[in-house]
Amino acid sequence: MGSLARLMHTGGNIVREIIKNKVLFLMLLPVILYFVIFHYAVMPGAYVAFVDYNLNKGIFGSHFIGLKNFEFLVQNGDLWNITKNTLLYNLVFLALGNIIQIVFAIMLSEISGKWFKKVSQSVILLPNFISMVIVGVFAYNIFNFNSGFINTLLVNTGLDRYEFYSDPGIWKYIIVAFKIWASTGYGMIVYLATITGINHDLYEAAYMDGATTWQRIRYMTLPILKPTFILLLLFGMGGILKGSFDLFYNLIGTNSVLYPQTDIIDTYVFRSLVGQFNFSMGAAVGFYQSLFGLILVLVVNFIVRKVEPDSALF
Amino acid sequence: MMMEKNTIKQDSGSTFIKVISYLCVAIFALFCLFPFALMISSSFMNEQEIVREGYKLLPKEISFKAYDLLLNNSTQLVNAYQVTIFITVVGTVLGLFMMSMAGFVLNRKDFKYRNFFSFLIYFTTLFSGGLIPTYILMVKHLHLKDSLFAMILPGVVGAWSIFLMRNFMKAIPDSLYESATIDGAGDFRIYWRIFIPLAVPSLATIGLFSALGFWNEWYNGMLYIDTPAKYPLQYFLQRMVSQTNLGALINSGAVINTADLPTQSIKMATAVLATGPIILLYPFVQRYFVTGLTIGAVKG
Repeated sequence: MGSLARLMHTGGNIVREIIKNKVLFLMLLPVILYFVIFHYAVMPGAYVAFVDYNLNKGIFGSHFIGLKNFEFLVQNGDLWNITKNTLLYNLVFLALGNIIQIVFAIMLSEISGKWFKKVSQSVILLPNFISMVIVGVFAYNIFNFNSGFINTLLVNTGLDRYEFYSDPGIWKYIIVAFKIWASTGYGMIVYLATITGINHDLYEAAYMDGATTWQRIRYMTLPILKPTFILLLLFGMGGILKGSFDLFYNLIGTNSVLYPQTDIIDTYVFRSLVGQFNFSMGAAVGFYQSLFGLILVLVVNFIVRKVEPDSALF
Repeated sequence: MMMEKNTIKQDSGSTFIKVISYLCVAIFALFCLFPFALMISSSFMNEQEIVREGYKLLPKEISFKAYDLLLNNSTQLVNAYQVTIFITVVGTVLGLFMMSMAGFVLNRKDFKYRNFFSFLIYFTTLFSGGLIPTYILMVKHLHLKDSLFAMILPGVVGAWSIFLMRNFMKAIPDSLYESATIDGAGDFRIYWRIFIPLAVPSLATIGLFSALGFWNEWYNGMLYIDTPAKYPLQYFLQRMVSQTNLGALINSGAVINTADLPTQSIKMATAVLATGPIILLYPFVQRYFVTGLTIGAVKG
């Protein structure tokens, strides 16, 4: 009885609050509707992973088959392969990416020429703003068999053409290279902001005490960047099951020869939707990705809160 | 102070670091520019030279044939441009309006449920239903298949941008709001007449990111759009590049001899026309992007 009364009381409070602040609620409404329709209404749909989806019967009318979809994916080895690829690519993107970003941020901070600094920073940031479709065009421009830039060079130096688009082994390097190419500018600016945020007096003092540039980088800049580095790495770990679909799809497309080493969770889910119309199988992989992604973020956040409470997400 | 600085002798190590820094940054910057340069020069290449020798940074001959053909048979390209401009303008304006209102409300300390609603928005970044259920919702329930709104609605607002907007609003002093209330202004009026004019720089920052996202849109176009006339620019380009026979994409009339078609250079010319506006605008809007990036990263 008591709880019901309290519930009614709370309900009354909400109603009163809405009446009092109706304009504020109305102003918030479009965004809330958006998230309810495009995010929350989608979530129950994850149930499609547990059924044998039939287009006419809809998600909740289809035959429930429990974990059969997952069993199938484990047995045929697909799940393991795409998980492994996604994890490895993301680890390399994260580790190598951050190291390169730090190195360039430090180098940029050592450069005193204002004009040079400004222009090079803009140029390095430029790839961050173009669509991955253009990156795919670049790859075609550089690597295609008949007219690619590298094959032009090979032929001109008397060597044989190389068929990049049928060699899965080489694409892991190309993918990583394009990822680094596209993302260095952004990370570099984040680290550079941290470096420029360092109290100038500190550097001045070190300078007066006769510290060399190398000592200054080694004993001041790097230790100051360390917390940012660890935080970005940790948060990156939270997203380690999410793939860069844009990048992979535009570089690899539907070239199945390259799949063994370039197929990630997101490209697999996409193909199960568009190529094979195997909704349930794709949804099973998608659900697995979302669930483990959520767990990873929670774990990462738990660790961050232990180490540095101020930086925790929640 | 300056004098003193200059008189202290630089150790050879720091000169070395400086030289290396200049060198590496310059090389990396060139590396960043290279694909753009190659794309542009390839688009001006003579088809025979490409077939014979491949794409080059410095072609022997300059040819405008690809552009000529594209601009003279431009129905599809113009369509794609129109679609992209439409989704960019509508999506950005709609998104900014929705997000700035939400940011305004979520920043109001007298709004009781702001933490609840913030969490409601935030949670969507942690867990998602996934591509397949989204697709089923969009196609079966919202009937957005082949609609331009299929390319606008999914990206119209973002959790990250809403929180960025709320943080920008925080910088506007509460006293302004209080005095406006005393003067009898309603909530919407306060938002529209006081907050929006003051928030213009932040609206520009978020609006640019949003516009860039819509300009680069291809994914939802690929998923949901069936009619070629509704393809956005980037998706049009993607199809153009993957196609060997371009006849379908260029409405070639009797004027063009298909054997003569600059198949290879036209791909690059289309890419140039699709990237062009971004590169032309980039120098002017760059600082907004940098502010957005650094604030976003610091606030996490």
